[in-house]
Amino acid sequence: MNQRQVRFLMDLLSYLVLTTGAVVILIPWVWMLSTALKDNNQVFQIPPVWIPHPFVWNNFWDSMTQPGLPFGLFLSNSVIITVAATVGSLLSSSIVAFAFSRINWTGRNVLFFIVLATMMIPSEITIVPRFIMFKMLGWNDTFLPLIVPAFLGSPFYIFILRQFMLTISMEYDLAAKLDGCNTWSILWKIILPQCVPVFMTVSIFSIQAHWNDFMSPLIYLSSTSNFTATLGLSMFNGEYSTNWTLLMAASIIVMLPILILFAAAQKYFIQGIVTTGLK
Amino acid sequence: MESIVKNQTVPLTQKKRFSNKRKLKANLVGWLMASPWIIGFLVFTLGPTLGSLEISFTDWNLLSAPNYVGMSNYIKMANDPLIKHSVWVTTYYSVVTVPLHLIIGFLLALFLNRQIKGMTLWRTIYYLPTIISGVAVSLLWKWLFNPDFGVLNDLTGLVFHIGKFDWLGNETLVIPSLILMSLWSVGGSMLIYLAGLQNIPTELYESAQLDGAGGFKQLLYITLPMMTPVLFLNLIMGIISSFQTFTSAFVMTGGGPNHASLFYMLELYFNAFQDFHMGYASAMAWVLFVYILILTLLVFVSGKYWVYYEGGERPA
Repeated sequence: MNQRQVRFLMDLLSYLVLTTGAVVILIPWVWMLSTALKDNNQVFQIPPVWIPHPFVWNNFWDSMTQPGLPFGLFLSNSVIITVAATVGSLLSSSIVAFAFSRINWTGRNVLFFIVLATMMIPSEITIVPRFIMFKMLGWNDTFLPLIVPAFLGSPFYIFILRQFMLTISMEYDLAAKLDGCNTWSILWKIILPQCVPVFMTVSIFSIQAHWNDFMSPLIYLSSTSNFTATLGLSMFNGEYSTNWTLLMAASIIVMLPILILFAAAQKYFIQGIVTTGLK
Repeated sequence: MESIVKNQTVPLTQKKRFSNKRKLKANLVGWLMASPWIIGFLVFTLGPTLGSLEISFTDWNLLSAPNYVGMSNYIKMANDPLIKHSVWVTTYYSVVTVPLHLIIGFLLALFLNRQIKGMTLWRTIYYLPTIISGVAVSLLWKWLFNPDFGVLNDLTGLVFHIGKFDWLGNETLVIPSLILMSLWSVGGSMLIYLAGLQNIPTELYESAQLDGAGGFKQLLYITLPMMTPVLFLNLIMGIISSFQTFTSAFVMTGGGPNHASLFYMLELYFNAFQDFHMGYASAMAWVLFVYILILTLLVFVSGKYWVYYEGGERPA
C-alpha cells in the first residue's frame, strides 16, 4: 500500500468511527423527545415505538401544570438565582481581577497565590460549616446562600479574568491617568469594555453551573415554593416515577434554556471548555 | 512616564514623599478592590475549612450543644462497613471511568483532527451532552435503563441477541451502567484534546516526514509526548470530579440496590443532612479530601516519568 491508500483507509475509518459514535450519542436525545411526545399507552409498548402516533404536544403543557408541582415557579426561581449569581460573579470577579492585574500593591502576589490555592480546596470540605453558618444567619430556605457567595468573587473566574486583563497594554491606564481618569473610571471605561469576549465565557460558565446546580439547592432549600427547576425535576421523579412522558417533557423544558444559550453562543462554550482543559 | 519624572527638577526629598504617597494610594486601592474576594475567602472558605476541621472532632447534631469527642469520629469511620463500602464503590467507579474517558476522548480527538469535513457538526453532536449535566440527564438515563420499557434493553437485544437486564436494579450491573452513562459526555474531554492537538506545531510533523517517519511513528514520537501535559491535567481533574459523583447516584439509584451504588458523597450527604451527624460528616469530608490529595500527589509524582514539557521545564 502506498501513502495515498493508507490515508484513504484512515479517512474512511475516521468517518466510520465518528458516525457510529454520533449515532450512539444521538439515540438518547431522540428517545427523550420521542417519549415526551407519546401518549401514555405508547410509552409502555413493546417493542418500543420510535415515532409517536399521535404527537401529544400537550405533554409539555401538562408537565408544567401538575398539581403540587408549580414548575413555572421553579423555573422563575432558577432564573432569579442564575441571573443574580452570574451578575454578582461577573461584577465582583472583574473588580478583583483588576486589582490583581493592573494595580501594584503590597501583598498582591501572596494573595493571588492564595486565590490559586483555594481553587484546589474541594467544596465538600465546606458544605457542613456553610450549612450551619447559613442556618445561624437564618438564610436557609432562602436564595441568599445560593447568591451572596457569588458577589464575593469566584477564584476560577478571577483567574480567567486576570489572565485576560494582563494581555491589555498598560499604556491605556497611563494615558487615561494623564487625562485625569481615576482608577474606578479606568476600570469601567477602559478595561471592562475590552473584556467582553472573556465575560461571555465566564457568564456561560456561571449560567451553566447555577442552572444545573443540584446539590446546593438540595441542601439549602426546603419549601416547595423555593425550589429550583432541578429540584422540581428530582421531586417529580419521586412522585410521578411511572409518568415517563411528562417526566421527559419536563426534563426537556429544564434543559431548553441551556440548549438555546449553546445555539446562540457556541463559540464561547468551546472557548470555555478549552480554557479549563489547557490552562 | 519615567522620563517625565526625571525631567522635573523636584528636590529629592519631595519626590520621595510624592512616590510614597502614590504607593500608599495604590496599596489602598488595591486592597479595597480585592476586598470582595478577601472577605469571601475569610467567610466562605478559610472560616468554614477551619470550622469543618473543628466540627470533625465533635458529636454535633444541631439539636444539642457540641461536645468534643477527640478522634472518635475518625476511629468510628475506620470501622464503619458502609463507609468502607462507599470508598470501594467510588474508587471502583473512578478507576474505570477516568482512564476510559481519557482513552476514548483522545482517540476520538485523533480521528477528528484528520482534516475531517463537517467539523462544526461533529463538535456540536459530541459536545451537546456535556452542557446539560445533572438531574435532567440522570432522569433521561434512568428511563433508558428501564428494565421493561427502556430502549437500551431493546437495542442490546437487537444487536447482541441477549436477554433483558435490570441495569440499575442489579448489584453487579449498577456501577458499569453509571460508567456507561458517564461516557455519553466524553465529548468534553474530546474537545480539550482536540484543542491540544491543534496546538502542536506543524513543523514537527513536517521535519519528521522529511526524516521518513510514517504516521504511526509520528503519533508515537510527536503527538503522544506533546499531548502528555494536557492528558496529565485532565487525569487530575478527572480524578477529582469523579470522586465527587453525587447527583446521578442520588437521582437514579439513591445508593441502591443494597448499597451497590453508595458513592462516598452520597453517604456524606445522608450523614450530614438526613441524620444531622455534623461531626461525623465533617470527618468524612476531611478523609475524602486527604484521599483525593494523596491520589493527586501520586499522579504528580508519576508525572515526572511520563509528562513531557517543552524545553524540559515545568510551566509555572
